[in-house]
Amino acid sequence: MRRVVVTGLGLVTPLGADVETAWANILAGKSGAGQITRFDTTGQKCTIACEVKPADHEYGFDPNKRVDHKVQRQVDPFIIFGIDAAGQAIEDAGLTDMTLEERYRAGVSIGSGIGGLPGIASESLVCENKGPTRVSPHFVHGRLINLISGQVSIKYGLMGPNHAVVTACSTGAHAIGDAARMIAMDDADVMLAGGAEGAICPLGIAGFAQAKALSTRNDAPEKASRPYDKDRDGFVMGEGAGVVVLEEYEHAKARGAKIYAEVIGYGLSGDAYHVTAPHPEGSGAFRSMQMALKKAGLKPEDIDYINAHGTSTPMGDELELGAVRRLFGDAIADVSMSSTKSAIGHLLGGAGAVEAIFCILALRDQIVPPTLNLDNPSDSCTGVDLVPHVAKKRQVRAVLNNSFGFGGTNASLILRAV
Amino acid sequence: MSETAERVKKIVVEHLGVEAEKVTEDASFIDDLGADSLDIVELVMAFEEEFGVEIPDDAAEKIATVKDAISYIEANKG
Repeated sequence: MRRVVVTGLGLVTPLGADVETAWANILAGKSGAGQITRFDTTGQKCTIACEVKPADHEYGFDPNKRVDHKVQRQVDPFIIFGIDAAGQAIEDAGLTDMTLEERYRAGVSIGSGIGGLPGIASESLVCENKGPTRVSPHFVHGRLINLISGQVSIKYGLMGPNHAVVTACSTGAHAIGDAARMIAMDDADVMLAGGAEGAICPLGIAGFAQAKALSTRNDAPEKASRPYDKDRDGFVMGEGAGVVVLEEYEHAKARGAKIYAEVIGYGLSGDAYHVTAPHPEGSGAFRSMQMALKKAGLKPEDIDYINAHGTSTPMGDELELGAVRRLFGDAIADVSMSSTKSAIGHLLGGAGAVEAIFCILALRDQIVPPTLNLDNPSDSCTGVDLVPHVAKKRQVRAVLNNSFGFGGTNASLILRAV
Repeated sequence: MSETAERVKKIVVEHLGVEAEKVTEDASFIDDLGADSLDIVELVMAFEEEFGVEIPDDAAEKIATVKDAISYIEANKG
């Protein structure tokens, strides 16, 4: 099997719209949460989120950097975030000037969990109130989930596999794992892979709140995302995108590319249990991690850092921790496990990719990011280093990234320095 | 420049993201301003909203330049 390495990174997050800014803010223990500014939250049970900040903010996002004015007008936010993160990644990898032959072998697999919900909601009102002939001709292709991959392929002339994963909150991790396999199977030499989300809109917040998934700690947004803490009450919705450049190892080496890490393990499983609740024994999570370890040829004691799914929901955190505990056995004493969702919220379809990038940076810098707000860990947390409050310098040889989604879909990635 | 022409040009600049100087009366939406057929559908809808006119499909198909749009609107607005 061909080896697959990461040679480029791109991030748009509530704590920064480039990799180094977001990472520095994560390590500094900042929170991206606040009251929702995007719309009037009157009547909403949840009024807080981790929004990507506007361009004039200290670590805001300027869509004009990489996304055409015309495209910005036509598409939903998740596509804008995705195009920008993909642009950052391909620039970082130094692959913006590939030859025609190289571009035939370069593809895109950037997904989303929800896609263009804000635009679907607003345009349905246009159709209802003004009539079908007032619906925008750009409505459909401005909302479809595979249109990040489509837009990115057009912008950079990438003519290899063009794909888009849709597996709720596992999307980003599945996208990277699947794209790595496309390279391993010789379908491509280069893949832009990741996930994006932009669903902070009245319908998105209301829908997740009605499903009892969101924190309603509206009076203290920065304290609301508190994975593994006794007082957690749900997740805080985030938005943004994470995209990596995956490249066949010899291809990267031959052109002298900067290699961040190698994708050495990928596991996938289904809970086959419930649409929103995780399996009560965490069986899906366990088997996903177990498969990734087997593929990587590693033992639990070889893993130094786990970026947990850890969304801050009462049930999910507990079950993931239980699954990790069973899989790791005694090795759990030496691993560090944290949830960066405590800082940037839950990016849904973007989460797995953004968190994979944090894992890669943990490998690069030999430091693990903190779990914020972990003031009173749950009883089940005893004996596990959940990196409370402050980032921690430590040896990081290999990292495991977990993502689990509605529908009972699970993905785990393992990466290691080359 | 007529008031209609000013308003038409403003809509074109906003929708197509082109520089105002490029939006001359002779400019072709497709050849000079980078529009595709869907952009023209959207522009026609925007003209209809702005000027309260109805531009039927057969008339919309004949609108190729900025001048075509201005002339149609001036001849048909209430």
